Amino acid sequence: MSEAAHHRPTGLSRWLFTTNHKDIGTMYLIFAFMMAIIGALMSLVIRAELFEPGLQLVDPNFFNQMTTVHALVMVFGFIMPAFVGLANWMIPMMIGAPDMALPRLNNWSFWLLPPAATLLIISLFVPGGGPAAGWTLYPPLSIQGGMGMDFTILTVHMLGISSILGSINIIATILNMRAPGMNLMKMPLFVWTWLITAFLLLASIPVFAGAVTMLLTDRHFGTQFFDAAGGGDPVLFQHIFWFFGHPEVYILVLPAFGVISQVIPTFARKPLFGYSSMVFATAAIAFLSFIVWAHHMYTVGMPMAGELFFMYATMLIAVPTGVKVFNWVATMWQGSMTFETPMLFAIATVFTFTMGGVTGLMLALTPVDFQYHDTYFVVAHFHYVIVGGSVLGLFTAVYYWLPKWTGHMYSEGIGKLHFWLTMIGINLTFFPQHFSGLAGMPRRIPDYALQFAEFNMWSTYGAFLAVFSQLIFFYLVWKTVKGGTKATDQVWEGAEGLEWTVPSPAPYHTFETPPKVS
Amino acid sequence: MSTANGGYYLPEPSPWPVIMSSGLFITALGFILQINGYAPGPWLMLVGGAIIVYIMFRWFGQVIAESEAGIYNDQVDMSFRLGMGWFIFSEVMFFAAFFGALFYVRVFSVEWLAATDMLWPEFDGLWPTAGPGPDALKAIAAGTEPGPGQFSPMGAWGIPAINTAILLTSGATVTAAHWALKKDNRGSLVFWMAITSLLGIVFLSLQAYEYAHAWTELDLTMSAGVYGATFYMLTGFHGFHVTMGTIMLIVILVRSMKGHFKPDQHFGFEGVAWYWHFVDVVWLGLFIFVYWF
Amino acid sequence: MLTTCLKRIKSTIQFLGTGLMLLPGMVLAEYALNFQAPATEIAREVFELHSLILKIVIVIFIAVFAVMFYSIFAHRKSRGHKAANFHESTTVEVIWTIIPFIILVSMAIPSTATLLKMDNTSGSEMTVKIVGYQWKWQYEYLDHDISFFSTLSTPRAQIENKEKKGENYLLEVDNHLVLPVGKKIRFVLTANDVIHAWWVPQLAIKKDAIPGYINEMWTKIDEPGIYRGQCAELCGKDHGFMPIVVEAVSQEDFNKWVSLQKDKAVSAAADSNKVWTKTALMKQGKKVYEKSCQACHGATGAGVPGAFPAITGSKIATGPVKDHLDMVMNGKAGTAMQAFKGQLSDADLAAVVTFERNGLGNKAGDIIQPSQVKALR
Ligand code: HEA
Ligand code: HEA
Ligand code: HEC
Ligand code: CUA
Ligand SMILES: [Cu+2]
Repeated sequence: MSEAAHHRPTGLSRWLFTTNHKDIGTMYLIFAFMMAIIGALMSLVIRAELFEPGLQLVDPNFFNQMTTVHALVMVFGFIMPAFVGLANWMIPMMIGAPDMALPRLNNWSFWLLPPAATLLIISLFVPGGGPAAGWTLYPPLSIQGGMGMDFTILTVHMLGISSILGSINIIATILNMRAPGMNLMKMPLFVWTWLITAFLLLASIPVFAGAVTMLLTDRHFGTQFFDAAGGGDPVLFQHIFWFFGHPEVYILVLPAFGVISQVIPTFARKPLFGYSSMVFATAAIAFLSFIVWAHHMYTVGMPMAGELFFMYATMLIAVPTGVKVFNWVATMWQGSMTFETPMLFAIATVFTFTMGGVTGLMLALTPVDFQYHDTYFVVAHFHYVIVGGSVLGLFTAVYYWLPKWTGHMYSEGIGKLHFWLTMIGINLTFFPQHFSGLAGMPRRIPDYALQFAEFNMWSTYGAFLAVFSQLIFFYLVWKTVKGGTKATDQVWEGAEGLEWTVPSPAPYHTFETPPKVS
Repeated sequence: MSTANGGYYLPEPSPWPVIMSSGLFITALGFILQINGYAPGPWLMLVGGAIIVYIMFRWFGQVIAESEAGIYNDQVDMSFRLGMGWFIFSEVMFFAAFFGALFYVRVFSVEWLAATDMLWPEFDGLWPTAGPGPDALKAIAAGTEPGPGQFSPMGAWGIPAINTAILLTSGATVTAAHWALKKDNRGSLVFWMAITSLLGIVFLSLQAYEYAHAWTELDLTMSAGVYGATFYMLTGFHGFHVTMGTIMLIVILVRSMKGHFKPDQHFGFEGVAWYWHFVDVVWLGLFIFVYWF
Repeated sequence: MLTTCLKRIKSTIQFLGTGLMLLPGMVLAEYALNFQAPATEIAREVFELHSLILKIVIVIFIAVFAVMFYSIFAHRKSRGHKAANFHESTTVEVIWTIIPFIILVSMAIPSTATLLKMDNTSGSEMTVKIVGYQWKWQYEYLDHDISFFSTLSTPRAQIENKEKKGENYLLEVDNHLVLPVGKKIRFVLTANDVIHAWWVPQLAIKKDAIPGYINEMWTKIDEPGIYRGQCAELCGKDHGFMPIVVEAVSQEDFNKWVSLQKDKAVSAAADSNKVWTKTALMKQGKKVYEKSCQACHGATGAGVPGAFPAITGSKIATGPVKDHLDMVMNGKAGTAMQAFKGQLSDADLAAVVTFERNGLGNKAGDIIQPSQVKALR
């Protein structure tokens, strides 16, 4: 059936009503970008307040709101949607499908996000202000808050529906829409990591929804799940939250691992080392991620058996993750490497992620975590894995596939400039936080003792550099969308996979007839 | 209509999802205003709810029409199956959160509270409990109220046992309907679907009666400590799912009467049957852990 | 071959280790880089554990990335390197699964030992109950019948940058937790409103204080000195402003301190029997207000709209005395407004209520005597 034969709405309704995976993917990415900017501006409020000791810009209550909403926006508004956007764009192209399996549902998954984000943003403007209990929403603090907390809870519900529907769609697509010959162990790793991520989402997001529902009824309907006077326990919330929360952090990073596993072989001009062990490692990480949650709660006073079990289980995660890192390095080994921007970002992702990974391992050891817990050492850890893993992974993906999406090559010069400024920025921001954390600076405080002053100053400079460097990225993407050198079908010399066999930009329905995979 | 890959149906752009989201947004906003005591709350909820219901009619209506027009091939059918199956899985995890909470309070927290004499000297930690708080303890001391707090727990062998039987039976009747459909025996299909829907309605009515009884006569409210909280949360969400399931059964009943479904292709029917079985299994968990032990 | 290799690794570890140990000493003058000096045996063990794993992970990190950067340098297309085509080797996969596993086991063993030691509160010679409040700590010496609150004492002016910040900015309190050295002290922890966490880095103890539940931990301090810490769990607006100061003293000094506290309690009791003048009440009330109430209701009594009500013009603070006293003494369940009857003396309560009714822009005109408060207890 020919392209021209069916009419497609244009203008706004094209975007509102679309059932096309590429349009939806684009919307996800734009939405994620907008959220990233909002979240980054909030992080600048945090950093500016922390520039020097004393209260300068915001009052402590607002500071707490910024911390909370920064995290929620970044995690649920930026990283997760950005990866779903990539999944939308790339999975059908990579497995030789015409579109996602359930296109109307796909559109709904996306269009749940803007209203959800709106609810969260509105919360900042209602009496009492936004949620100020940290993104972990621990009761009883979260029970004290004003109606901003209710907005947050409903936001979580809507985002949750979106994630669940999105995951269902991804699973159905991967399991049901592969081109003939594309058996599971031939799928590109990006597809594999997303398949496993989708399972993580399905198993963890509903649990989070349950947790905030109990919070809501404790707040407004007289239940006492988290109140000792009624036989409940505040720590119960923490268990449920982290049962979701720990898998969540792998949800944030596994798709990035997938991206890296696509990009490194391309620029090393050498097949990925240990394909099947990569798949098993991903599955092992996913499995383990469900039995380590209480490593966030070593200080709540669990029974000793619990402390030990969660310590050992957490440490185990280093093994499959290590396998992945080693496989990437082995893929580069003896390759014939070139260093276009995506490759730079991919290498940087491996490097910075591992840095966050090894501090994660330090946190896993219970007796020392008593010292690290709730300090900037933890903040440094998770920004290294998230910004250094997920965000850099996203940039890798965008640079890698942008020519395929737009049909134009981006400017390498500007790309590399963006790369280096971002790298300097984020490392300057987060590296010193290791030290302030070790020296005893608690997290989530708007003001601090004098001995932490220098490193906080560096951190603030770094944050401003990191955030403003993103203007370059915006400019680059804008320019590439508008025009530029025509991209070839294959784009990268070493690129392999179905997505590189179709024209750049890819046609509206990529594979009207299924390709054959040998 | 556009198809590809040897006939995989790819729908045209659709307005339903965005409107559905707006409906949800308005409902959510209304709900928040309502629980915080702002006047327009209920009205917004009403408007939002109306939008949601309307869109469900249109959206599902379209899917049904497409299905009856025979444009869904086997591969599309498979996508729906996967979709429904994993959706039910996510629902299982939703209930897992509440079962987890129940498990945690019963096995850990209540016992720990009983052991902390420094804070709660009089509390003995028997289940069911309304907790060691001052209100609950006063009631125990006065000895005026039956049971271990200010309420009586819900027994297992009255209505809950009857409801168990009802749901189990309905699981069997929906299977009978399925067999009938496969044999293309329309009369039998409609009959068993009607019975199944009826059983759903009876279940709900009995549960409504049970709630009224608990609330007014047993003093078992949502504020009755963790017992009340877990009881209402689990049975309440289950009841909500039964309501949804019953509506779905009725839709299937109506469609059966209209002659929808083919003996070899009737995913709409099967999806609802799966859902109904899921609701059934969750109930067994409830019966055992909430009512019985 | 293997032995030289091992030797090399060992010397690298030592090299890095000494480097890391030196770092904090070298630049401590300006930059706090590492853990604060441990002050107990447990804290030393934790510090050693920390140093050990830090060294291990640094070595691993360097090893992995040395390989990667070598490859980046040597196996680049611009140097004419041709790509090999290997992409699988079960042997190496097994090796790099097993070696990390062994390293992990070697970290887990000492960690387990230390953890078990930290958990063992038996044989303690003294117990202190710590209760977290928004935003202060209460210390109760269960064996000595002493109990008091400990609140931030850094002046507002320093926080608001109107005054030069003192040396212990944000890490100073009005009442120190005084403890004897060389004794195993058990802490039992709980909280009154939300979760807090009691943490003193140099003692290497941190535990959550959870409302309705009791947690335990212990310490045995080596040397007399001042050890400072902070609340380490987000507990609302002033979470950053509820420090902890432990003053470790010799047993003798501790005994002296204990009898001093008993004398203070006697004079406080005398205060509540006395009749106060309005000026005295207002003066004392202002002090109490600034210490206990200002954090929420604001210096001028304006509150924080939507979160904390204003006192200025408040119906309760200008209405019947009984309701006002009831609100302050018993708090309001489910809100941040806590019950102050256990925290403040009769005199302080009378003073602060008088102050709220006649200061902060209110003009109720009446005064409250400590005896009125006492009658309501
Ligand atoms: C993308 C997100 C992400 C990822 C991937 C990780 C990965 C890991 N995290 Fe992290 N973590 C977070 C996000 C993430 N984390 C967040 C957001 C928080 C804070 C939440 C909050 O409180 O707000 C947190 C907090 C956190 C804590 C709680 C700290 C505290 O509050 O006290 C702990 C404790 O165990 C921990 C451990 C780990 C471990 C062991 C890994 C492992 O998966 C890392 C494994 C990787 C490696 C180890 C490196 C590569 C391996 C090798 C090179 C092999 C050889 C290595 C060895 C044998 C050492 N994390
Ligand atoms: C996804 C997660 C994410 C991301 C990206 C970030 C990014 C940043 N965060 Fe993060 N932060 C969290 C998650 C994240 N954070 C969490 C979970 C917490 C804990 C909250 C709590 O305690 O409750 C936290 C807390 C936190 C704190 C501690 C606050 C406190 O304890 O009081 C600080 C302080 O410096 C901080 C700073 C920053 C800075 C400077 C950045 C900078 O890196 C910002 C620079 C921006 C970028 C690098 C993004 C660029 C991306 C784009 C421009 C989009 C590209 C788009 C596509 C590819 C589609 N954050
Ligand atoms: C941790 C925060 C906090 C502190 C500290 C605090 N309050 Fe309050 N206070 C509140 C909150 C919240 C309310 C509102 C309670 C409600 O919802 O009715 C309140 C209400 C009041 C009211 C009633 C005001 C009205 O019009 O409703 C008075 C009077 C009052 N507080 C006095 C005091 C005094 C006196 C102190 C110190 C001794 C104090 N408060 C300390 C949080 C606090
Ligand atoms: Cu108390 Cu933080
Ligand atoms: Cu975790």
